[in-house]
Amino acid sequence: MAAVRETSPAEPILEVENVSLRFGGVQALSEVSFGVLKGEVRAIIGPNGAGKSSMLNVINGFYHPQDGRITFKGVTRRRMRTHEAAAQGIARTFQNIALFRGMTTLDNIMTGRNLKMKSNFLLQALYVGPARREEMEHREFAERIIDFLEIQAIRKTPVSRLPYGLQKRVELGRALAAEPDMLLLDEPMAGMNTEEKEDMCRFILDVNGEFGTTVVLIEHDMGVVMDISDRVVVLDYGRLLADGTPDEVRRNPLVIDAYLGTVRD
Amino acid sequence: MADTGAGTERSSGALDTFPKLLRRNARERPERFSLREKEFGIWQSWTWRALETEVRELACGLAELGFGRGDRLAIIGDNRPRLYAVMCAAQSLGGIPVPMYQDSVAKELGYVMEHAEARIAVAEDQEQVDKLLELRDSCPRLERIVYVDPRGLRHYDLPELESYAEVLAKGRERHRRDGAFWGTEVDRGKGSDPCIILYTSGTTGDPKGVVLLFDNVVVMAGRGAEFEGLGPDDEVLAYLPMAWVGDHIFSFAQSYIVGFCVSCPESGATVLEDLREIGPTYFFAPPRIFENLLTTVMIRMEDASRLKRSMFHYFMEVARRAGVPLLDGKPLPLRDRLLYALGEILVYGPLKNTLGFSRIRIAYTAGEAIGPDIFDFYRALGVNVKQLYGQTEAAVYVTMQPDGEIKSDTVGTPAPGVELKIGDDGEVLYRSPGVFHEYYKNPEATAQTKTPDGWVHTGDAGFIDDDGHLKIIDRAKDVGKLSDGTLFAPKYIENKLKFFPQIKEAVTFGDGRAHVAALVNIDLEAVGSWAERHNVAYASYQELAAHPQVLDIVQDCVSRVNADLASDAQLAGSQITRFITLHKELDADDGELTRTRKIRRRFVAERYRELVDALYGGQSTCRTRTEVTFEDGRTGSIEAELVIRDVAPVPALAKAS
Repeated sequence: MAAVRETSPAEPILEVENVSLRFGGVQALSEVSFGVLKGEVRAIIGPNGAGKSSMLNVINGFYHPQDGRITFKGVTRRRMRTHEAAAQGIARTFQNIALFRGMTTLDNIMTGRNLKMKSNFLLQALYVGPARREEMEHREFAERIIDFLEIQAIRKTPVSRLPYGLQKRVELGRALAAEPDMLLLDEPMAGMNTEEKEDMCRFILDVNGEFGTTVVLIEHDMGVVMDISDRVVVLDYGRLLADGTPDEVRRNPLVIDAYLGTVRD
Repeated sequence: MADTGAGTERSSGALDTFPKLLRRNARERPERFSLREKEFGIWQSWTWRALETEVRELACGLAELGFGRGDRLAIIGDNRPRLYAVMCAAQSLGGIPVPMYQDSVAKELGYVMEHAEARIAVAEDQEQVDKLLELRDSCPRLERIVYVDPRGLRHYDLPELESYAEVLAKGRERHRRDGAFWGTEVDRGKGSDPCIILYTSGTTGDPKGVVLLFDNVVVMAGRGAEFEGLGPDDEVLAYLPMAWVGDHIFSFAQSYIVGFCVSCPESGATVLEDLREIGPTYFFAPPRIFENLLTTVMIRMEDASRLKRSMFHYFMEVARRAGVPLLDGKPLPLRDRLLYALGEILVYGPLKNTLGFSRIRIAYTAGEAIGPDIFDFYRALGVNVKQLYGQTEAAVYVTMQPDGEIKSDTVGTPAPGVELKIGDDGEVLYRSPGVFHEYYKNPEATAQTKTPDGWVHTGDAGFIDDDGHLKIIDRAKDVGKLSDGTLFAPKYIENKLKFFPQIKEAVTFGDGRAHVAALVNIDLEAVGSWAERHNVAYASYQELAAHPQVLDIVQDCVSRVNADLASDAQLAGSQITRFITLHKELDADDGELTRTRKIRRRFVAERYRELVDALYGGQSTCRTRTEVTFEDGRTGSIEAELVIRDVAPVPALAKAS
């Protein structure tokens, strides 16, 4: 691709410092530190059980680490709930799609606007006054996302009837509806064929390029990771193994070991 | 007629270009809608006045980029109001628009771009821009790429890229400085100027650029509109490629001439839904679209409740008996009239509404032969489907079916202003005001196709029947003979096969051979639905196509075609004796079909040579390996072991049915 990415002055949006997470006797993460710069595409990779999903769950407040600090947009926090993270501008998608299966694509995306709705429940139910105007504004925003993700044809289709690749796209749409500053994507391309993967890559890059959204993603397909990320964090057994540009990471002997399954000492 | 005062078009005779027609429309019906597009889920409309402003500013902007008289401007993208505006803007400066097929891969575009030597290309989005950027080195004349949708392009940072909005802004500025510029440029245009170059996809060799003059297009489109009584209240959905002559006539030229509104679908995937919402009155579709719609209806009826299903079948029976005579204005017993009226309320009306056909006055089908069952189905419902025979070289119209004289196996009588004759070798020739000016930069091809006195060789073999209707058999060069001298018309046989919903494509061989053999593509939708209903499991197209029960179905279709052929004395000898069901769909990306989905016979014969050899050898299976091109341009290959089936020929003169 001929795209030349803008190199914006490096301003951190997220700092993860010495985070450790234990489930009983299982050490899921131990003293992991890395930073995410505003506007970058940051990948987290690692073998199964390396702690990648745990890391995302820590970032969006689903898990609370026993040790360490997380600073998002300059605010350091110890304990935060998921809805607080969402209110601060973190949105995510899930490894196993978590859409409302009986609802249409449009309605699913509209639920992503939930946090932005200001009028109270009663007004919304009656669909009067400010609630009506608000609904129209949100609908317009949802339509922009539908246009952006090229899912016009499935606007009114219940998501349970959609193929897997499209459901993933709808889930991305719902996350975008919250207008996040940072988007966490848990294996956005898992189980997709080559063509669907390429579509998804393009959408992730477009989201990043058009809205300046910071993207943190977990992915197994190394080709994809190396293609679209600015920097890569490698986790292994809950420890930070490497951190750098795709090229640096690719050449790192520790990473090669972990991935090629060399016998470890 | 005396023309008083330069720069005005007092006489109607001066409305000889589309920019002039646009100016008239903006003056006479400023608040009526010219174009409509679904964006963000809502239909957004442009009035004729708004369109004139857009075209004027665009034209001024293009002039600022150095575009002028005689220059070519390439256009690539889906049907979008802004791309139609670009077309007229280029014409208003005396430039020639060259629309290209939006699903072509870069390599295919390369030929047209190089040949047309366009200075400016207007692309819809990033996908198209990427393709054009790949071609930069081979197209030195290409100075500027203008893109409509900026998404994904913000970081490209290349000097030759410019956004549509920037061009408009430049044009606005230019118009403020020099308010008379656009009007003067429009006045300078005349009917004998080139209007458009349309590259024909061509089943053989490189595409040829057909140059049509305003005099061709304005005259033919005008006569066609008059013939069908088109008016400003008609509605059209523009969903077929802009590079195709039909779209240029039906969605552009006739809209400017009579002032009707053209709607552009939201995306390629939403066409059927948009069709339902718009409910066009004037509709054009190649047979495969009518076919696909019918297949969808039939599949959904299979899943409907018993009551609905029996109602559907009962009233379709009534419709087959009563619908066609009713549409043709022929007398009918009262009982059938009443039943049909009841059917209209219970079945036909709702069905037409679901299909988006409720308001259709005229629907054309052309490009390929349409199956008689399909044709009669729509006519029985009261949808006025007619056949039209046309060519890019004729500005579409050669023959069309007048109301009340509709037959499923002919393409009608000569269109207004068209003369028709059959050459000694059976080839169809025509002469009309629509006859193209030339093939761009290709005088030899022009001389081969167009005689000095203006007759054009169509390359199609056909004859005129007793009622004066033209009947097309096949491409003249494809009509061959079996080794025993029997007439072999491959497309005629293939069409008969394709009329079965289970068969999507077929290629037959036989010229110079002892007997006829066929390669067949199953229709995934129809056969897949059958498989679902009969609990036949399959994981891929390849597996389904090779299933013994599926082969039985195809074999049955082939036998029925043979029975049909046996009833025709001339063609009884060309029955199919062996066939293979292909393991992959024939695809334009692999070069097996043209972009308008016509079979490239020679290419297919070459590519599947081992299969063809096996068909004429004795063996009952054949191993093959085929290269395929994926949508993103990469290639891979698939391997398969294919079964060859023998079909017993039906004795000649054993009358079918």
